[in-house]
Amino acid sequence: MSGRERLAKPDLGRIDAEHVSIRLGQGEHAFEAVQDVSFAIDPGELVCLIGPSGCGKSTLLGALAGHIAPSGGVLKVDGSSVRGPHPERGIVFQHHTLFPWKTARENVAFGPKMRGVKKAERRRQAGEILDLVGLSDFSDRYPKQLSGGMQQRVEIARVLVNKPRLLLMDEPFGALDALTRMKMQELLLDIWTRVRTTVVFVTHDIDEALFLADRIIVMTPRPGRILEVIRVPFERPRPAEIVATPEFGQLKRHCLELLHVRSYGDPLPRLSPLGGTADA
Amino acid sequence: MESSTETGIVRWVLRIASIAVCLLIWQTASTLRLNLGLVTFVNVPPPTEVFQAALDFVQSSKAYDHVTSSLQRVGLGYVIASIVGIALGLAIGRSRHAADVLLPPLEILRPIPAVAWIPLAVLLFPSSEASMIYITFIGALFPILLNTIHGVENVDPRLIASAKSLGGTQSAILREVILPGAAPSIVTGLAIGMGTSWFCLVTAEMISGQFGIGYYTWESYTIQNYADIIVGMILIGFLGMGSSALLRWIGATLTPWHTVGSARR
Repeated sequence: MSGRERLAKPDLGRIDAEHVSIRLGQGEHAFEAVQDVSFAIDPGELVCLIGPSGCGKSTLLGALAGHIAPSGGVLKVDGSSVRGPHPERGIVFQHHTLFPWKTARENVAFGPKMRGVKKAERRRQAGEILDLVGLSDFSDRYPKQLSGGMQQRVEIARVLVNKPRLLLMDEPFGALDALTRMKMQELLLDIWTRVRTTVVFVTHDIDEALFLADRIIVMTPRPGRILEVIRVPFERPRPAEIVATPEFGQLKRHCLELLHVRSYGDPLPRLSPLGGTADA
Repeated sequence: MESSTETGIVRWVLRIASIAVCLLIWQTASTLRLNLGLVTFVNVPPPTEVFQAALDFVQSSKAYDHVTSSLQRVGLGYVIASIVGIALGLAIGRSRHAADVLLPPLEILRPIPAVAWIPLAVLLFPSSEASMIYITFIGALFPILLNTIHGVENVDPRLIASAKSLGGTQSAILREVILPGAAPSIVTGLAIGMGTSWFCLVTAEMISGQFGIGYYTWESYTIQNYADIIVGMILIGFLGMGSSALLRWIGATLTPWHTVGSARR
């Protein structure tokens, strides 16, 4: 059994959301960020959540990660309800959260270290995953010595080393330049074909969602509800050129209509998957 | 454009020249017995006299004992202050309950100057040695404590959330995230605390004793040996500066991520 095959968990990683509502804020500032949302995601599926800013998609992701508790309904992973953060539900933020005092390798080895894996073995595991994201030459660099794209790759590696059932991503490429973002999208698909974990990917970029997803869940402005679930029919592997095909354009127009019809007024502030109303 | 070594030399020349100018002004003022009304140099010994006194001090049999007893007192008080300050700072920075319980009395004690502690320090401790260590401890404690609290409170909550998501337990998060995250601020506190600990040395050694630079300075004042007072003052200045520099260096080696130049930006 090779290391990469061992990462695959095709039979685990099912998500069931049943009438999930999430309230944020205190006292009179409290508001409903997510309202009565129900969906199911199959193990190994790549699903994108899109919607206008502040619609609660990041909040929903934070609830899946276990950082926010739903105020109503049930959120289940493989049949058991989500209670608090867990390494099996790894989350990647828009801005990296690497530990500045650890090198790339030490950052990736953090999860195994917490599980009590011996030093030599966790270094080996970290090296293997860093290789997977194409950073084996940078494993001894500190985060601030890496470019934005590399930082996000280390962040993804740090989550993947725990062999998670869910890979939760909150606009992970949103702060990168367009070219780097495209490369990262291809890299993510490449990794995902090798490491069959369930991916829930929050974005407000329709192109990104259409390029990556098996299905797209489109959400309404606050309070976030599900507007429509779109199955993306493009075959895999998907070349970067599919964005120029008429089918792609058609789906994109449909998504734009959904988002435009529903958006009114000024855009709301971005919500954080940690429950705050603003993100760093 | 100047090369960096040239700039380095220029800066050192400037630094040394600055001290030389200070000495020159002092020498002139005291040899001329300058009386500026508000300040008078009539009774101030000139640097040459102080230099001679310093030579005599270094050659005296007691110099070693003076310096070592002071180093011991400052060292002990400082180490205890570091342990207590960092431990309390971590607790207060992490827990609201700890802050509510511990902070009010500490806030009341904080503005009390070291001199005011002397009588109580004498009553509180069985030996005058312990009282003196207590005074240097009090001097170092608050900068270390406050900088630790500040550092802990400023650790990015997203890093803590990530550590939880990656399976970190409370104690692991404290060790792996909070402590290194707060480290630069703690090091600053330790460096400032080192200074304030020396700052309180004369006060501490006023309590009693036979040895110590603070005691030597205080004794020189009571017997009106002015040049020796200045020798004591300068010695404290140098030892304080040296130990602060040593601490910054240790801090920098312990927090390499904080000092590495970024290769890309």
